[in-house]
Amino acid sequence: MIAPAVTDGIRRQTGKNPQAELFAQLLNDVAERRDRHAFAQLFEHFGPRLKGFMMRKGANAELAEDLVQDAMIAVWNKAGMFSPGKGSVTTWIYTIARNLRIDRLRREGSRYFTDIDDYEEASDDPASDDVVIGKQQDVAVTEALDVLPDDQREVIVMAFMDDMTQSEIAEKLDVPLGTVKSRMRLAYRKMGSVLEDLR
Amino acid sequence: MNTAFHLDDATVVAYAGGSLSNCLSVVAAGHVAMCDHCRAKVRRAEAVGAALLETSDAQPMKPDALSAVFERIDGSDWVQPMTRSDASDDPDPSLPLPVSRLLDHKLDDVRWKTAGPGVGIHVIEKNDDGSSLYMLKVRPGHKLPDHGHDGQEMTLILRGAYRDEIGRFAPGDVADLDEYIEHQPVIEDGEDCICLIATEAPARFKGLVPRLLQPIVGI
Repeated sequence: MIAPAVTDGIRRQTGKNPQAELFAQLLNDVAERRDRHAFAQLFEHFGPRLKGFMMRKGANAELAEDLVQDAMIAVWNKAGMFSPGKGSVTTWIYTIARNLRIDRLRREGSRYFTDIDDYEEASDDPASDDVVIGKQQDVAVTEALDVLPDDQREVIVMAFMDDMTQSEIAEKLDVPLGTVKSRMRLAYRKMGSVLEDLR
Repeated sequence: MNTAFHLDDATVVAYAGGSLSNCLSVVAAGHVAMCDHCRAKVRRAEAVGAALLETSDAQPMKPDALSAVFERIDGSDWVQPMTRSDASDDPDPSLPLPVSRLLDHKLDDVRWKTAGPGVGIHVIEKNDDGSSLYMLKVRPGHKLPDHGHDGQEMTLILRGAYRDEIGRFAPGDVADLDEYIEHQPVIEDGEDCICLIATEAPARFKGLVPRLLQPIVGI
C-alpha cells in the first residue's frame, strides 16, 4: 500500500481515481528526474502484484522474482515512452510484464522472437481511432469484470491469468472450441463497450 | 491505415492476455501494427489485464529486491533510457515492424522455395505441435487449392490482393479463420500476392495432388 501522506502530496484533479493519477505522476517523475523515490513507490505497489501474477501463470517463485525485476527495470528505462492518452500506468506495466514473460518463454523454446509489441512504442502515429482513456479506466474495467456472467468471466480469467490457449480452455471445461470463442467475444463486447464509454 | 478485415474479438482477448500461440501472435501483431481499429481494441482488452493485475494475489518480494534492481540499473546492464523517438533496426521499413523482424533483409530479397506452380514459400517456423509460420508469394490469377484446417489459421496480406468466399483481401487485411471455414483464395490480376500465414495445425487440402504436395511444401 502507498502511504496516505504520499497520496496527499500529489496534485489531484477532480478527485477521480487518485491512485491512477498518483502512478502517472510517479512515472513522470521517474522519466523526467530519474527519481528513485518515485520508482521505489511504484516498485512497492507493482512488485508483489506482478510476482503473484507471474506465479499464477505457472512461474516458480525464483523465476517470478526474476521476471518482476526485469519488468521493473524496463519500467525505469522506458518511463519516457509512456503515453498517458493511451491507457493507465497499470495497463502499461501489465503489457511490459506480459511481453517480457512471453519473450522469456520463447527464448527457452525453439525460436526467439523479440518484443512483438514494440511497434506500439516505435510508431508514435496519432491514430484517429486510438482510445483516449480517462483516469477512471482501471476502476470501470474492474466493475465490468465483476458483473460478467460466470461462464464469460471464467474464460477471461483463464486466458489472462492462467495462460491457457483457447483449445486448452475448451479441453478443461469440456466444451467445443467455438463455445470458448463465443464466450470470449461476448465478454470482450461487454467490457469493450464500458471502455468505449470512457472515451 | 484503414483495413477491411479484422481480428476476431476472441483473438483480441487471447492476444491481449498473452495466451495466443506464438505463430498466431506474430500475425496478429503484424495486423495490429497496420490497423488503428484493432490497435484500439487490443488496448481496451489490455486494460482488462491491468484490472486483473491490480486485484491479483500479491506475493511478497525478497527483502533486497529493490536494492538488487537499483544495483542492476547502476551496473553493467544499465541501458540508456529510451524515448519514443528511438527507432530500432528495421530490415524492411515498408513492412510492419513485427513482420520485418522475421526477416534478415528486405521482402524483395527473400529466397522463395517453389511450392508448386506459381507459388513460392518461405518457412519461418515449423513446430512439432503442427503449428507453423510462413510466407507465401503467389502469382497473379493463380488459384490456391481449396482447403480447411484442424485449428485456427490467420493470414495477413502484405502485397497484392486475393478474393475468396469471404471477400477481397488487400494489404493490411487479416483473415482470422477458425476450423470450420474452407476457402479457396484466387489471386487478383496485376501483382504477386505475398501473405504471412500462421496455422495451429496443418492445412487439410481437398484434392489428391495438393495432398501429395503437402509433405514437400510442409504446411
